[in-house]
Amino acid sequence: MSEPVVESFASESGWQRFRKDRAAVWSGWFLVSVAAVCFLSPWISPYPYMEQNLAHSAMGPSSAHWLGTDLLGRDVLSRLLQGGMISLFVGLIATAVALAAGICYGVLAAEVGGRAEDAMMRFVDIVGTLPLTLIVILCTVVFGQNMPMIFLAVGGVSWLTMARIIRNQTRELKASQFVQAAESLGQSRWGIFRRHYLPNLAGTIAVCATLTVPGVMLLEAFVSFLGLGVKAPMTSWGLMIKEGADIMEECPWLLISPSAVFALTLLSLNFLGDGLRDAFDPRSSRK
Amino acid sequence: MAYVLRRLLEIIPVLLVVVAATFFLAHAVPGGPFDKDRPMPAEVKARLEKYYGLDKPLPVQLGNYVVNLAKGDLGPSIKYPGWSVREVIGSRIGVSISLGLVALLVAVLIGVPVGVLAASRPNSWLDRIPMGFTLVGICVPSFVLGPIFALVFALGLGWLPPCGWGSPIHYVLPACTLGLITAAPLARLTRGSLMEVRSLDYVRTARAKGVPPLRVWFVHALRNALLPVVTYLGPAAAGLVSGSFVIESLFDVPGLGRLFVTAIINRDVMLILGTTIIYAAALLFLNLAADLANAALNPKVARDR
Repeated sequence: MSEPVVESFASESGWQRFRKDRAAVWSGWFLVSVAAVCFLSPWISPYPYMEQNLAHSAMGPSSAHWLGTDLLGRDVLSRLLQGGMISLFVGLIATAVALAAGICYGVLAAEVGGRAEDAMMRFVDIVGTLPLTLIVILCTVVFGQNMPMIFLAVGGVSWLTMARIIRNQTRELKASQFVQAAESLGQSRWGIFRRHYLPNLAGTIAVCATLTVPGVMLLEAFVSFLGLGVKAPMTSWGLMIKEGADIMEECPWLLISPSAVFALTLLSLNFLGDGLRDAFDPRSSRK
Repeated sequence: MAYVLRRLLEIIPVLLVVVAATFFLAHAVPGGPFDKDRPMPAEVKARLEKYYGLDKPLPVQLGNYVVNLAKGDLGPSIKYPGWSVREVIGSRIGVSISLGLVALLVAVLIGVPVGVLAASRPNSWLDRIPMGFTLVGICVPSFVLGPIFALVFALGLGWLPPCGWGSPIHYVLPACTLGLITAAPLARLTRGSLMEVRSLDYVRTARAKGVPPLRVWFVHALRNALLPVVTYLGPAAAGLVSGSFVIESLFDVPGLGRLFVTAIINRDVMLILGTTIIYAAALLFLNLAADLANAALNPKVARDR
């Protein structure tokens, strides 16, 4: 098998290229630390995120409450961590949903070929022009504002680009000699998918996934901002921004800290995605 | 011409699917429009449902709705008694269209020149600083930028009214928020595509022939470089629509976006349906227009099809 050799060679030079991209590397470390702090928040957050202390309500940043408290006297830092956990969690799970749908659809389209393929891709084009935010809003209203629904709705509208890219890539793979060789040796379609398509698509999938996460998080924040997403007492960054925007005249710190963390996270995700793409997918970066 | 016609005809089945999907979704919304705190007598409710045609089976209701839609009738509004959905939407849509157009204008007038400037001196401060800002513009969502603008320009400096509608000055904050957010990807797209085009052979040929540099830049390179930018205006319009949900609520603009959010909260099925259909139709047509403009600018695309 010559494949693993090609794989390791490609990934090695890819990692070397990636390491030279300082913005991407720093973004990566920033994201890792944000994620670590947020997911460890049940153990390390200074106060329980739901704990109200009306005697200390709406106080600015101090040594007891580093980022201040909200109207109900809840510690903003603790809420920020818990909200980050929800936001990142939605980002990851919804991206996984989009990824699964995109890969299945893209590979299937490339496999069936012919007119069916054209029809399937035309469908993707057309759905792409529809107002997707609207669909997500409708879904959360109809099926309730529970977390699984948000994952499904947000992921369910984010797979289109993925499907398009995967399909193009699979089409190329399908025409390549090693896949044809595997076919002529009688390997099943599933075997070809598992042994040949998936390993060769892995780089593209990783890049796509990284670039999908910010869009997904944005969508979740958007829906939460309209009051149709995550419900109190739980919170997410979108919801915190909304609450902060409502009383920004009196307590600007309630708006500033979640906005800053949210924007920085999205920025890092974009840097990281671009860096990964430049390092592992030189063809698409030139486009 | 045949191409235009084919694309126009394609829109009809798509719209029908959108109508059907939204119809069933909207009717699956828990809680009916007549569910009040105090239950009304069964016969009154039955009469009301009969009046609005809600007593028939769903597929029949859908059929009636589509037939009426073809006549331009979007049905009665349930939460605004005496108003038809068409009148409610009609009273709001002008505001949203004008706001959207101004925002799009802001986006194009800022995004394209910034992209051109950046591409003219790649990797200089003229490139790095504006491109840094566009990155921020991509990552800061409208619902963050809007409150910050209101905080700084309305409450802090007091230059602009924080909310309200009626005079041109009310356009400034919402249109700039929406426009700047859209300008960021436009600038990046313009820069990227110009960088690509200017290394092509025909640009070099034009330069070698002694065409003045500015002419090469604006007539030869920019014309082709703007093709992806024009195509992007379709999706950009979709972004403006979702941005308007937030921005109109934030700045108290009586437009379609706020109407939609209110309709969702009120569970006003007919209004949700009507607004969604209007949005879907508008975006489908805008995308078509962007594609056609692209074909008109680029004879190669037109021939391929």
